[in-house]
Amino acid sequence: MRETAMEVDREDGRSQNQLRPLACSRNILHRAHGSASWSQGDTKVLAAVYGPKAGTKKNENPEKACIEVIWKPKTGQIGKPEKEYEMILKRTLESVCILTVNPNTTTSIIVQVVNDDGALLPSAINAACMALVDAGIPMKHLAVAICCCVAKSGYVILDPTKLEEQKMKAFAYLVFPNSVHSVLPEGSLRVEGEPIENGIITSVTHGIMSVDDYFYCLERGRAASVKLSDFLRRNLQQQSTDSSKAG
Amino acid sequence: MGLSNASGDLSTEVEVDAFRCLFPLRFYEKHLLESIRPDARPLGRARETTIALALAKIGSTTMLAAIKMEVMTPSLETPDEGCIAIDFHMPPICSPIVRPGRPAEAAPVVAKQLSDTILSSGMINLKELSLVSGKAAWMAYLDIYCLDADGALFDTALLSAVAAFSHLEIPVVSLNDDGKIVLSEEQGLSDREPVNKEKRKINLSSIPFSLTCVLHKNYILADPTAEEESIMDTIVTVVLDSSSQLVSLHKPGGTVLAYTSAIQDCIALTRQRVKELQKILEEAISGMEVD
Repeated sequence: MRETAMEVDREDGRSQNQLRPLACSRNILHRAHGSASWSQGDTKVLAAVYGPKAGTKKNENPEKACIEVIWKPKTGQIGKPEKEYEMILKRTLESVCILTVNPNTTTSIIVQVVNDDGALLPSAINAACMALVDAGIPMKHLAVAICCCVAKSGYVILDPTKLEEQKMKAFAYLVFPNSVHSVLPEGSLRVEGEPIENGIITSVTHGIMSVDDYFYCLERGRAASVKLSDFLRRNLQQQSTDSSKAG
Repeated sequence: MGLSNASGDLSTEVEVDAFRCLFPLRFYEKHLLESIRPDARPLGRARETTIALALAKIGSTTMLAAIKMEVMTPSLETPDEGCIAIDFHMPPICSPIVRPGRPAEAAPVVAKQLSDTILSSGMINLKELSLVSGKAAWMAYLDIYCLDADGALFDTALLSAVAAFSHLEIPVVSLNDDGKIVLSEEQGLSDREPVNKEKRKINLSSIPFSLTCVLHKNYILADPTAEEESIMDTIVTVVLDSSSQLVSLHKPGGTVLAYTSAIQDCIALTRQRVKELQKILEEAISGMEVD
């Protein structure tokens, strides 16, 4: 069993399971059909959505809507890491959007990294989801992304900064569907005895960890996704009431 | 019901192929209900794997790996470590969708995944690649060429990379008067002290092995072909090393959500596969050494 009462010294004084301050604002760009800026501590990402536009690319299935992701790093040329991020983001968003509603269309999502201080890919996924909501693209549920780091001694911390990511022996980016726990305390639909929000949409790991460490990360990640889902729900409700007052 | 034999057999055969093209998912689901796949494999079995020199084949997927060694000055932060550069190429020979002007989307992604896996698994101790601390170290360029892309590209590429490193022999070099490293001639002819006495092999610890699985509803299909990968879009790649540590669990999106039971099943399938691959690799290496 893991020692739960472990005092972990993190440089910014957070506890093991504490996330950095989250901030999200939508509709910040005027030309884009949808846009959002997401920041977790010092990591800040901007996402813009253009679409649905007519036509799909050559290799894509014209019976479904197509999603295209362009990742722009803060500095430097586009290389293999950017292509990998684009592929992961594209597949994650394809599984979250309802692709049968607008067949033979392309929705482009452009992600611009403003600052990278750890947990970059999860922040980008969260920003892209909020931008898709802002653009009104139909989705099954939101994708809530979190980063878990495993230290050499076996304890797991959430939402690391860049320094923490580099020091730790391994980290995992996990993406879950959003949790409905705060609105439906009795739980949502169950599949094989597990609620839907326990399923992983995406998992990317880096570094060596034991299989038990990975399952422990999944547990911590699920707990954190409940908190993140609440934050997203409050953020979306607040901004929609603001706009209805203005209109 | 009474169809004549010759045309009757032909018409049913054409229908099966047409059905496979028009309704690929239903074609597969009919097979999955019987727990079998169109190529007669059970769901959890990988295709036949062979390794010959640095050419690895899993089913029809074929990869060729080649390592070129060059001497370079090590960086200031790591003066006694060498370097490995890994690149993955998908030339047009491998698949009809790859054209010279249209590079495959999968290529840079697999290259980065391979690079991350090999470097983070600690298979190669970079200090072994050092020659003269602070002045010279080996740079190994590993190039992997895909000759036939039929699914499970990452698995085959990793296997061929591991085979290439197992077979690698570091040449004998010595320091000449200008302070440069040169290739030594045969012992006896050279009057300079060689930096390393004889051609040596790299010591590989904790070799990573991987298995790609495809998830569809409740089924888990191990080692998918390209057709299976294109129809069922949820792909999970698990990489374990020889001490059963998880090197990577890569699941990029996909319509099917992975619950704890599915992940445990994938990891169990990978553990079995690791044992199979270890045997195949050992046989291949001992076969090469006899020559």
